[in-house]
Amino acid sequence: MNLTNSQAGTLESGDIVVRLAPGNGKGLEINLDSTVAFQFGRQIEQVIRETLTGLGIDDAVVDATDKGALDCTIRARTTAAAVRATGKDVWQD
Amino acid sequence: MMFVPGNNPGMMADAHIYGPDSIMLDLEDSVTMAEKDTARLLVYNALKSIDYGDTEMVVRINPLNTPYGKKDIEAVVKAGVHVIRMPKTETAEEVVEVEREIERVEKEIGCLGRTKIMAAIESTLGVVNAYAIATASKRMMGIALGAEDYSANLKTQRTPGGEELRLARETIVVAARAAGIDALDTVYSNLNDMETFRKEVEFIKTLGFDGKSIINPRQIEVVNEVFAPSEKAIEKARTIIAAIKEAEKKGSGVIAVNGKMVDRPVVIRAQRTIDLALASGIITEEDLK
Amino acid sequence: MNTYKERMSLVEKEAKALGKEVYDDSKQQKDPTENILRQEKSPKLATLEEAIRKSGLKDGMTISFHHHFRGGDKVVNMVVEKLAEMGFKNLHLAASSLSDVHKPLIEHIKNGVITKISTSGLRGDLAKAISEGLMENPVIFRSHGGRGSAIASGDLHIDVAFLGASSSDALGNACGYSRSENAKSICGSLGYALPDAEYADKVVILTDDLVAYPNTPNSISERNVDFVVEVDSVGDSSKISSGAIRDTKNPRDILLAQQAAKVIINSGYFKEGFSIQTGSGGASLAAVKYIRNKMIEDGIKASFALGGITAHMVKMHEEGLIERLIDVQSFDKVAAESLKCNPMHKEVTSVEYAAADDLGSAVHYLDIVILSALEVDVNFNVNVLVGSDGIIRGAIGGHPDTAANSALSIIVCPLLRGRIPCVVDEVTTLITPGSTVDVIVTEYGIAVNPRRPELAERLKKAGLKIVDINSLKEKANSIIGDADALPFGDKVVGVVMNRDGSVQDVIRNIKA
Repeated sequence: MNLTNSQAGTLESGDIVVRLAPGNGKGLEINLDSTVAFQFGRQIEQVIRETLTGLGIDDAVVDATDKGALDCTIRARTTAAAVRATGKDVWQD
Repeated sequence: MMFVPGNNPGMMADAHIYGPDSIMLDLEDSVTMAEKDTARLLVYNALKSIDYGDTEMVVRINPLNTPYGKKDIEAVVKAGVHVIRMPKTETAEEVVEVEREIERVEKEIGCLGRTKIMAAIESTLGVVNAYAIATASKRMMGIALGAEDYSANLKTQRTPGGEELRLARETIVVAARAAGIDALDTVYSNLNDMETFRKEVEFIKTLGFDGKSIINPRQIEVVNEVFAPSEKAIEKARTIIAAIKEAEKKGSGVIAVNGKMVDRPVVIRAQRTIDLALASGIITEEDLK
Repeated sequence: MNTYKERMSLVEKEAKALGKEVYDDSKQQKDPTENILRQEKSPKLATLEEAIRKSGLKDGMTISFHHHFRGGDKVVNMVVEKLAEMGFKNLHLAASSLSDVHKPLIEHIKNGVITKISTSGLRGDLAKAISEGLMENPVIFRSHGGRGSAIASGDLHIDVAFLGASSSDALGNACGYSRSENAKSICGSLGYALPDAEYADKVVILTDDLVAYPNTPNSISERNVDFVVEVDSVGDSSKISSGAIRDTKNPRDILLAQQAAKVIINSGYFKEGFSIQTGSGGASLAAVKYIRNKMIEDGIKASFALGGITAHMVKMHEEGLIERLIDVQSFDKVAAESLKCNPMHKEVTSVEYAAADDLGSAVHYLDIVILSALEVDVNFNVNVLVGSDGIIRGAIGGHPDTAANSALSIIVCPLLRGRIPCVVDEVTTLITPGSTVDVIVTEYGIAVNPRRPELAERLKKAGLKIVDINSLKEKANSIIGDADALPFGDKVVGVVMNRDGSVQDVIRNIKA
């Protein structure tokens, strides 16, 4: 899938910024900076990965800056970044 | 009903801990155009994942004549929202249109009739059409006043005493009562003036409103105190709850009080009355035993 | 035998019998200098370098400091900088607490100037570096009461104390405020510095307002002071109410405060003559406002408020709602000013405040304490020192002291801070044992220690939402998922002492 650079989210507490860029043909590369990296880093990466794969994106560079977001927020921001990168919305027009 | 901006995940995550009767996640005025898409996804995911307990969940969508309204409806109906709040409602036709969209989505996912509608009336035309709006759909559960846009439309300003809202408030309460639905008052935005806020809540309760819209958890206590249920209402609620417990014991699904069938919303309201009475300290857990 | 000369043989005989010298009038030297000039020539006046040199400080010795200026402290960095410059090594720094502002210590630790630290807490970059294994020796953490006891008993022997004061005369009568018009700073109570002044071998007062003798009423007495050093500034008073202390508008804190106030009011301890302490968290400070309203409504007065004294407490004292204030640390400028002016607002040492082995210490007569927490666990244990990321980010303070001796200890703590769980299976570090904690207030309900069924009963009766602590932990898990284990290493970077002097827990290094 063709991607343009995109981003969604804020740096407020409880939120996450997800930045998407086209991949290098090496699959999903996720760089996570999180205030709760030790305890939840693995889970956060997994949510990002599953969300993107679910949207058919399997080659991209993801830079995420997390401020303690819950999974539902991570899913929402990742989806928003993906929609912005692909121009293909998850809702009907 | 507590307003929470739909683009603020931190606030959405714990809005229910303050015990509002209902939470309105906003996709409209508090979200900039550039953030409409991501706010919609946030609200969708929050409704699907966060356990809001028995708080009534409302989403204020964008009007259908914007590029966002339709997608908003699809997202929140799919997420299982209890009530869709229509902003700036002026005619019954607008309600019918929203209802049609809701039905389309509900059919697609197989849950026809699940989503209720509430309409915010924020213009003179809306006030004139209040009863028509209130009766435009079976799904309509309440109408609310939005005072900022309304007073601008009236070509006047907001005043501390709210004289400019008199007709709108009375019309909305009367229309809601005549239609058998709830009437909700507008927000009060000066968080630092709790005195005036309390006076306003007392005033609109006298007018007949069922509740007040609030913008901050700090306002909940005042609303709860003013709207604390009467002894009669508590007694009635206790009878209903007792009947349910009795029915559960017997394994019966049907509940009747004084020969009348009791359906789910009545039960929820009864429980709410008890909770409110507990919260305002009128009764204690001990009294319920 | 009527003349002095004639009695001299008898004087000599009695002197001999008493083993004393005979008075020699030729040794008498009377100084005609006027008092003001004599003060200027006080042998105690010195520069910092002279004071250090004359104090006899040697490599390997213990130096001490207080933290009454909190984030505004300037003394620790100034003195350690000077010690580094003078070439000292291997010093043990024993502060009552350390904060973000003490980041420069990192360099002094790397250079071997400081090789041991004892403190109540650590914050900021210094805390992070130490958590990651900066030091060879583990930091020794004590509660305020525990530190007082350790100093008094000699467990913690101080060679030279460097104590900042907002006023001092040339002899060392010193205070945490100044009555002169040149006052530059104010921190109020010097409670944590008083044991150092009393027990250290040498005491150096640093002051930014050298005033005329006598600087009375004094907090530290000249009897305990060896040197007085005048400096530009000992601390930035505007920062004593920063850091942990803030007046909250956060709705969650307000909710927690309201719940905590309801617990107190219905606990059975809320009656005429009760005593109370609040911690420094936003919610526990806010709870005081609600308690005040109820005191006025019910006509109830408190006998004393203890601890970190705040502007709220001062106001209630002035309103006649609290008879006396016992102040080991002034949490804001209003409290500091009140301590200066009001005799019923009493300054106490950390020993008088919270020592376990001193039956007269005030915590023994405390009814109610409200405290905050970083984490609590299902056994009611509390951690206020180490973050859930394994990094030290707090201070023990008087937490375990007040919890242990109060009749009712209430911990106010949100269930979650962002994605960080605050109710957990087991706290990261054990600071206040669950056996001393009675009630935990969260926004999702109130848990009462099963040791206190009568208390749970009273609160239930009052309509409060009492829940099982395990259900709170499960609620947190359901919202945020299960946390992975922290990547601790094998090196011990901190030792937590119980207030009775026993070793209670250790903190291991966290991977950088």
